[in-house]
Amino acid sequence: MITMEKPSASLWRKIKPRYNLSGNICKNCSTAYFPPRIVCRKCGRNSKMESMTFSGNGEIISFTEIRVPPDTFRDEAPYTVGVVKLDEGPLVEGHILENGIKIDIGTKVKAAFRKMYVDGEEGPIYYHYKFEPV
Amino acid sequence: MSRDVAIIGVGLAKFGERWNAGLKELMAEAGLQALEDANLKSDDVEMLYGGTMASGRFMGQEHVAALMSDQLGFKNIPAVRIENACASGGSALRQGYISVASDIHDIVVVGGVEKMTDVTSSEATTALGGAGDQEWELFQGITFPALYAMMAKRHMYEYGTTEEQLAAVSVKNHENAMKNKYAQFHKRLTIDEVMKSKMVSDPLKLLDCSPISDGAAAVVLAPLEIARKYNDTPIKIVASAQASDTLRLAERDNLTSIKATSIAAEKAYKQAGVTPKDINVAEVHDCFTIAEIMAMEDLGFYKKGEAGKAVMNGETAINSKISINTSGGLKGCGHPVGATGVKQAVEAVWQLRGDAGERQVNGAEVALTHNVGGSGATAVVHIYKRAN
Repeated sequence: MITMEKPSASLWRKIKPRYNLSGNICKNCSTAYFPPRIVCRKCGRNSKMESMTFSGNGEIISFTEIRVPPDTFRDEAPYTVGVVKLDEGPLVEGHILENGIKIDIGTKVKAAFRKMYVDGEEGPIYYHYKFEPV
Repeated sequence: MSRDVAIIGVGLAKFGERWNAGLKELMAEAGLQALEDANLKSDDVEMLYGGTMASGRFMGQEHVAALMSDQLGFKNIPAVRIENACASGGSALRQGYISVASDIHDIVVVGGVEKMTDVTSSEATTALGGAGDQEWELFQGITFPALYAMMAKRHMYEYGTTEEQLAAVSVKNHENAMKNKYAQFHKRLTIDEVMKSKMVSDPLKLLDCSPISDGAAAVVLAPLEIARKYNDTPIKIVASAQASDTLRLAERDNLTSIKATSIAAEKAYKQAGVTPKDINVAEVHDCFTIAEIMAMEDLGFYKKGEAGKAVMNGETAINSKISINTSGGLKGCGHPVGATGVKQAVEAVWQLRGDAGERQVNGAEVALTHNVGGSGATAVVHIYKRAN
């Protein structure tokens, strides 16, 4: 019943934040957001949002290794994901790469540009930021 | 001014893998039982709210409230589907409550249904993933077990909660389900069996996770002033509260509690004029074992970090300090997502009427139900008492 549900327009719409860690900041209250928001959670209608690119540096708040993936990630499992607190403030979910450094809560990470998954044999290759322990 | 609202009839379709029952059969099974319980004719019903999360994804069937009304033989009444992820049932109940309380309708049926076992488990995982932020969670392959696993890992880090304490939730709920003929599982578990079950998303194992289920539930609501016309023991809804939060887990204030639950609970206790200590029996949203532990804390039954120990000490078993998830909860009774919130109300009614059989909580006076959507973006809390 369920078919592939990654309409390509929905991917392209988010390419800038996904590839460049481009978020925004509310000039009214100085809260930074990644991914970007249209409306500041604190200021609501009084939001003054401006673009902001994030350094990609942060630390792991929590993480887990996924052994039972959704359909689209069938060929990727097991993989590790985490919640990372970026140095600029916001918390964000992302994949955590293995590079030989043992990860734990508090481990420092840096964002890298990586392949996420391939949509079947003929579908597009999806790219995304992922976090790498440093 | 609003009117007092009572539940005058309840019904359940057995939860589980119901190969020979589709949406229609499940809804009819629960709905007819509720009508019979309330001693109602189909023509008496004025409005229907139907909770379902993903019937379109699971069955290709949308427009489920009209279908429910159609299948139950209701004649051209207004019927509205409520979708609020795993809190669809609780949210539908709240809408039914509001329509009776506000004097718009007298007799309202609230149904909840989900038929989940016709798809593969990875398709189900994808469908349920839609309860989170599609663009930033599901797109990255972050499943629901993974979101709750990250809450669990942080809870263990901050409060010293252990995997054995998580397992104890599952063991207790399976024990309760043994006494519930509507439950999906009738299988006792040991902590060791939970600990040794297949890892899904560490630290959550297969037996920490609620199952994929088929099922339906229904309740009939009426203004309290006429409730006794239909039923000798109407159960009064003394509070109905709901709150929301960010869809995305990482954007919340913290990972170790569900803020929408605390907010809804605080409002509910105020409406009902009771405190957490007054609750005798609670059906809480244990989609994963960690979720029951967070619920116990966020609902004010235990201080932050104390719930895991309490479960381990048996304080939440039937007829102990507070009886939690007497039905078996989502873990033992099953979790057909749209049905769950309504099923919780059915269990509360049985407990308060003294009709819960082997799992009856002695002297149950005040019951609470707690239904969560997604990783905590919606929480619905209801409190019930026997009508005097």
